[in-house]
Amino acid sequence: MAKVILTPTQTPTLFLEAENITPDVFAGKNAAEIAALHGFVGKTTVTLGDYFTVEGAGGQTAADTTVVINGDVSRVKYIGMKMSAGELIVNGNADMYVGGWMTGGRLTVNGDIEAFAGLGMTGGELIVNGNAGNYLGAAYRGDWRGMQGGEIRVSGNAGSDVGTFMRGGTIVVGGNIDVHVGTHMEGGTIIVKGDAKSRVGGQMVKGTIYVYGDIDVMMPGFQYRNDADLEVDGDNGRFALYEGDMGERHPKRKGEVIYGQLYMKY
Amino acid sequence: MTDYLIKNGFVYDPILGINGDKVDVAIKDGKMADAGDVTNPTIIDATGMTVMAAGVDVHAHVAGPKVNTGRNFRPEDKLFNGTAGSGIKRMEGGFSVPTVFRTAYLYARMGFGFSMEAAMPPLYARHTHEEIRDTPIIDQGALPVFGNNWFVLEYLKENEIENTAAYIAWLLNQTKGYGIKCVNPGGTESWGWGLNCETVDDVVPYFDVTPRQIVSGLIEANEYLGLPHCMHVHGNGLGEPGNYEITLDTLKIAEGFKPQNDFGRDVVLHNTHLQFHCYGGESYSSKFFESKSKEVVDYINSVDNISYDLGVVTLDETTTMTADGPFEHHLSHMNNLKWANTDVELETGSGVVPFIYNPKTFIAGAQWAVGLECGLFIKDPMRAYITTDAPNAGPLCRYPRVYKWLMSAKARDDMLDNTLKYGDRIRERCYIGELDREISLYELAMMTRAGPAKTLGLGHMFGSLKPGLEGDVAVYPYNPETDTDDPEKIEYAFGNAAYLIKGGKLIVKEGEIVDMGNKRTFWVNATVNDNPMVERDISEKFRRYYTVTQNNYAVEGHHYVPNPYVIEVDATK
Repeated sequence: MAKVILTPTQTPTLFLEAENITPDVFAGKNAAEIAALHGFVGKTTVTLGDYFTVEGAGGQTAADTTVVINGDVSRVKYIGMKMSAGELIVNGNADMYVGGWMTGGRLTVNGDIEAFAGLGMTGGELIVNGNAGNYLGAAYRGDWRGMQGGEIRVSGNAGSDVGTFMRGGTIVVGGNIDVHVGTHMEGGTIIVKGDAKSRVGGQMVKGTIYVYGDIDVMMPGFQYRNDADLEVDGDNGRFALYEGDMGERHPKRKGEVIYGQLYMKY
Repeated sequence: MTDYLIKNGFVYDPILGINGDKVDVAIKDGKMADAGDVTNPTIIDATGMTVMAAGVDVHAHVAGPKVNTGRNFRPEDKLFNGTAGSGIKRMEGGFSVPTVFRTAYLYARMGFGFSMEAAMPPLYARHTHEEIRDTPIIDQGALPVFGNNWFVLEYLKENEIENTAAYIAWLLNQTKGYGIKCVNPGGTESWGWGLNCETVDDVVPYFDVTPRQIVSGLIEANEYLGLPHCMHVHGNGLGEPGNYEITLDTLKIAEGFKPQNDFGRDVVLHNTHLQFHCYGGESYSSKFFESKSKEVVDYINSVDNISYDLGVVTLDETTTMTADGPFEHHLSHMNNLKWANTDVELETGSGVVPFIYNPKTFIAGAQWAVGLECGLFIKDPMRAYITTDAPNAGPLCRYPRVYKWLMSAKARDDMLDNTLKYGDRIRERCYIGELDREISLYELAMMTRAGPAKTLGLGHMFGSLKPGLEGDVAVYPYNPETDTDDPEKIEYAFGNAAYLIKGGKLIVKEGEIVDMGNKRTFWVNATVNDNPMVERDISEKFRRYYTVTQNNYAVEGHHYVPNPYVIEVDATK
């Protein structure tokens, strides 16, 4: 597998928008060609070479290209946007929109990331060994198509509005989560291994949310159904099942109304 | 001013009867001229290209509060489709609800020179005019909506045509409007009581008037005033299976009315987006739904005082917006997406809902078929105009794609066989499979410029290359002798005009926009005899009901309409 190593040489004064940092774009390009790819800082167009040293070269296709960023890119947005295959590893913190609209491949960040990661993603894996920001796996502003497939794994905490308008795929948050979880959710699974604050599953139509810890304030639109012994993401435990959000429309399948499901671990 | 001589192109002008002949087209001092009359012209070589008068759009929603609501509540419509400014062009964005700049550039690239904003809520006319002002290049007008207006409902209940006309004249002056638009007559007002008008004889609660009286009264008032455009109606029951009967009932109201105007207009009723009004059956399922386009267009073919536009569904993700508030509410409950709604005080209502016409569903494919049938059954293409009711049935940028489908049976078959999931069912339930007609370039010129210009009462300015008319000419990179092999060439050519000259100014040069033109806002100033009763009613309504005062209502001054073109109408006789 061909490897491209990017090492940051300077921190952008504003923010660098670098949607070209993906295995898809790097495939078939040598170091000089990659360094010449454009990015934006404010209204100015820059090149990746202005902000990174580039070593190595892309493989023939995205699938056999690995991109490694060694260093802090906490002022670089859109890393791995729309990537479809291959691997991207960030050894440092990253800014917003990491893995936005990604369709495949594996994106690993060994650090913290900002908001809008995995936005509207339809496939692939996004692994964050650190904390994530707001709107993880959510929909773009205004859109009703949030995360639709793939998997997001965050070892630390996540911010608010995780999985807004989520329609498929899985989000696992190892730590705690802020308010608004799975708002307008219509499918997929969110697993929160720590505590949640409030507004979990508001206006949820379908889909499943598991919370291992406490929920400070429950949504009033959820009703207790029964207890269940389940294995979730490799953890066994006894859960209380709540269904909702009763204030929202719900589809029928085989004559039965389908609700959003919220499992709380005892 | 530079004179132009466009040489060697294949010219199509149904008004002059030029059908693909190689004729020189000349522009002198901003007007069309005889080729012999220009001295030292700039020569444009149109060898192998198609030359027509600039396009005239009879019905599109491109400016005003509901368009802007669409822009505001659909940021995702601008996702990944923005274009940075370059040269004299500003930044563009948006697909179904584009920015004003993209709207103007799109029209220019499609070779259009005039567009009629199809529904202006009078109370928000100021906003509409601000957007029109900010849309460069093209000339525009706007039709205020009257079909649910309290004044109109009250006057027409008593059949007071003279008072209705006096009110219309006042409102056109106040809002700088162009003509009479009527959306879901009575229905939007009924919805205030949780009802709708489902036939032309349903009574509007409180006002005690029917859609029949509203449509008939507005036609009569329109002809009393002698306005350039006819009454422009979006009938009751839009989008409902089985609505073709309501449509026929609405169209038959025009029987017996004759056009009275000095503008060469031949029709008294324009039925907009006919596609949405030609449905048979009792549901959207492929078992029940059927096309009734033939029945409706057959009727229109049998009379001579009705025109219509198609409203072809282009199978895109788009944004629906109409003053038909109850319809939008209904739609939002069908697709469960976001919904915006406004009640415009005494005047109208409005709703906005995003919508995906999914080619994998039967109904979207059937709607696509019905729209094209409406264009293919017409006997006199001077009365059937190509639109997508932009953005309701499809975005503005899809006009060239609609031309392709109308002009090529091969392109339609390709859709039915390969793109639409239920192509065979659609062939059974609609007429599309039986139609092998292909619209010619000559007919296309009728359906996109000569016809709409005539019905808008602008035949003396637009729609033809006749000497004396405005110097509006489009040159498309389409060779009618050699480019007939591939329908895609139609779509490309009509979306990428090689040249556009507007008012004698070169706007598009070799496919690039090079000038922002001299944009004008058209409005109609109708003079009527003094009518103290209507004047008193107006001040009374403002005092009692409106949230604004009469002084803050009018569209006045240079700020809103910096470059007006006023059409004077004298109805004092």
